Amino acid sequence: MITLSVFDLSLAALLVLILAALSWHMRLGLERSLLIAALRTVVQLSLIGLVLKTVFATTGVLWVALMAVVMLAAAGYEVMARQQRRLKGWWGYGLGTGAMFISSFAVTVLALFTMIGNQPWYEPQYAIPLLGMMLGNTMSGIALALDRLTQTAWQQRAVIEQRLMLGQTRFDAIDEIRREAMRSGMMHIINAMAAAGIVSLPGMMTGQILAGAPPMEAVKYQILIMFLITAGTGFGVTTALWLASRRLFDERHRLRLDVLSAPRQ
Amino acid sequence: MVALEGPPVSGPLLRVSRLVTHQRGPFDLSIDAGECVSLRGPSGSGKSLLLRAIADLDPHQGEVWLDGVPCEQIPAPQWRRQVALLPVESQWWQDKVGAHFPDEDCPWLIPLGFDETALGWQVSRLSSGEKQRLALARALMNRPRVLLLDEPTASLDEISAAALEAVVADYRHAAGAAVLWVSHSAAQAARVASRHYQLTPQGVREGKP
Repeated sequence: MITLSVFDLSLAALLVLILAALSWHMRLGLERSLLIAALRTVVQLSLIGLVLKTVFATTGVLWVALMAVVMLAAAGYEVMARQQRRLKGWWGYGLGTGAMFISSFAVTVLALFTMIGNQPWYEPQYAIPLLGMMLGNTMSGIALALDRLTQTAWQQRAVIEQRLMLGQTRFDAIDEIRREAMRSGMMHIINAMAAAGIVSLPGMMTGQILAGAPPMEAVKYQILIMFLITAGTGFGVTTALWLASRRLFDERHRLRLDVLSAPRQ
Repeated sequence: MVALEGPPVSGPLLRVSRLVTHQRGPFDLSIDAGECVSLRGPSGSGKSLLLRAIADLDPHQGEVWLDGVPCEQIPAPQWRRQVALLPVESQWWQDKVGAHFPDEDCPWLIPLGFDETALGWQVSRLSSGEKQRLALARALMNRPRVLLLDEPTASLDEISAAALEAVVADYRHAAGAAVLWVSHSAAQAARVASRHYQLTPQGVREGKP
């Protein structure tokens, strides 16, 4: 395996800096968030590298569990932070986090026990990256879907209430909006599956091949991961949308947009 | 649609008691079966909010009875099918008019000035007046027992307004429905209703049109 030097990384970083300069020059207004995000990548990944090194060395189940909880908490925060109009109170954080817990954890544990089946099942070298990929994708899906649901419900409140006035139930009245939200939450993973191998070489597979794994082994792992991600995202988005669309109404089938907070500027 | 079985209850078909919504009220009113009552009041006095609360679209305090049965004893979707609210501005979410109707058989299209093809029309081409009349036809498809009409002729010319008034009166007589009619015009109130309510900050007062 070819290791990368600091100089190699600096060259790649230079490209990002040039892009930022271009954005500044053309007044695209992207340079600030671009640089901050790039810096976050370096700091966060370096830190996680150190953490993984430690965790891999211990193989204690408690350390793995602690790591998983921290990752889940961070993903839950990201889901909440990406909402224009989030649910007020505990729901804003708990709903996305809960949906990810149910889907990502369940699918990851299932995969570790059955498909990968290593000893012990929580061996961090498998468990942590797998959970990370699950959480990362489920997080995007849930964030997109929830944002779409609450935004559309807000914009189409008059239509939803008209449907209620005509005697539709809360499920019927928001059915199309929920379906649209489901689609926007799942689209990226469906596209990724459809384009895999033709348009794009998935990152994990590429990484394994770069690290010297035989291509067919890398392909098998990639297929497994994509199916797991799809299932995890699908169950997570379904759960989150079901809970959120229930929360938007009360038991008398009234649309209660007062459960949403004002949009952030 | 679920009809309420049981012995006929003497008393009003719709009764509203001590209703408070959005810090307005308390409101008391009652309407008999087959009766039309007008509701007037300055803009912002809460007429639309009162109608929304009666249709149970907003949280509220106080009681609303339909034929002696309290609102909370009837599942909300059924309540709204029987206590139909026609808002000032109707909403249409499908491409075709007919997709908003439970079936093709709508006896109110022709009396409202449409022909049978109206159900095949594109919603995007409807004028505001056409929408208002079609919204009444759509609401009547549920065969409601109470009609809450929020300025139902606001965007209609005189001929269409007269047609709509006639359709409401016919339905009221045929179905024994109770009608609460919000209007800005004293002349219309006097024409369509036999009793008249005025909305004041203190509540609902009965009076002249």
